[in-house]
Amino acid sequence: MAKVLVVTSGKGGVGKTTSTAALGAALAQMGEKVVVIDFDVGLRNLDLVMGAERRVVFDLINVVQGVAKLSQALIRDKRLENLWLLPASQTRDKDALTDEGVGKIIADLRTNFDWILCDSPAGIERGATLAMRYADEAVIVTNPEVSSVRDSDRIIGMLDSKTVRAERGERVEKHVLITRYDSARAARGEMLSIEDILEILATPLLGIIPESQDVLRASNVGSPVTLNNADSAPARAYMDAVRRLMGETVTMMVPPVERKSFMNRLLRRRAA
Amino acid sequence: MMNLLRLIGGRAASAPVARERLQILLAHERGLRGQPELLGLLRAEILAVVSKHVVLDPEKVIVRMERGKHVSTLEVDIEVPNGFERSLAAAV
Repeated sequence: MAKVLVVTSGKGGVGKTTSTAALGAALAQMGEKVVVIDFDVGLRNLDLVMGAERRVVFDLINVVQGVAKLSQALIRDKRLENLWLLPASQTRDKDALTDEGVGKIIADLRTNFDWILCDSPAGIERGATLAMRYADEAVIVTNPEVSSVRDSDRIIGMLDSKTVRAERGERVEKHVLITRYDSARAARGEMLSIEDILEILATPLLGIIPESQDVLRASNVGSPVTLNNADSAPARAYMDAVRRLMGETVTMMVPPVERKSFMNRLLRRRAA
Repeated sequence: MMNLLRLIGGRAASAPVARERLQILLAHERGLRGQPELLGLLRAEILAVVSKHVVLDPEKVIVRMERGKHVSTLEVDIEVPNGFERSLAAAV
């Protein structure tokens, strides 16, 4: 049975697109057939993060308006044969998206894929509400920072009221994914802790992605971090998150506090 | 340990402040969520009941909710035009 999963946050810049690419690739690496959809109409970026920016011909809006067939708009990943991308339109605006149009695309994709990942735009307007509209599950990407946590809380409220599942009296299964987590700063009391965030949001934890250069490096070269550097700490954290999505019980790895000597820091700075 | 670090660092940890501010703010915002719908519903139903007996200007029915820490109050303010008894008598 296909699962529709929305990657959302309310706030911008917390790592929705990076996480959609990493989770999508990780699911595909585990043998699942996956499509990732970019809902950020007018500001598409999932194509760029996944390294498919030069292969976009048709997009989500073309399919909604019947200009192109779904099969024409889907882009197959060059590295993973069971990973596909449905890009957003860069030239149209979000009003071109309709509830019926999106519903039909999702229904079509359900017959062909194991996972449909919807990369939500920031905000709480049309693009974001349509990205979550047909979701069975939700990943709420949160940074350990007050504005991100507040916006996540707002989005959780919307997932519980504005989705098709909520309207039918069913539940959207929600998971918090904490990104850009810096253990050292949390230990010093400079950053909200995992416990603080989970207690405030009252939503189960899917994973903790440590702040890492590997994430930026991966998007620089257009490759999801789980593919680009599978042994890196963020890649392992995304892989664990995906195993949890697939129903496995995986021990939560809290990123360790790195002890860096002065010399070590100096060298690292030069290397970067 | 934390206190020791704080002493050395010379700065108070700000995360507990963030946590407390968020908890207070979100308790308030969650309370507001869904409230407009509730008030709209109450207003429409109160208006319907009162209108059965009294001629009213719908604009003059105000329903307001104040949330307190322990109890909340629901305030219903209906302005009734003078002479409404006459319209009532006529109806009977």
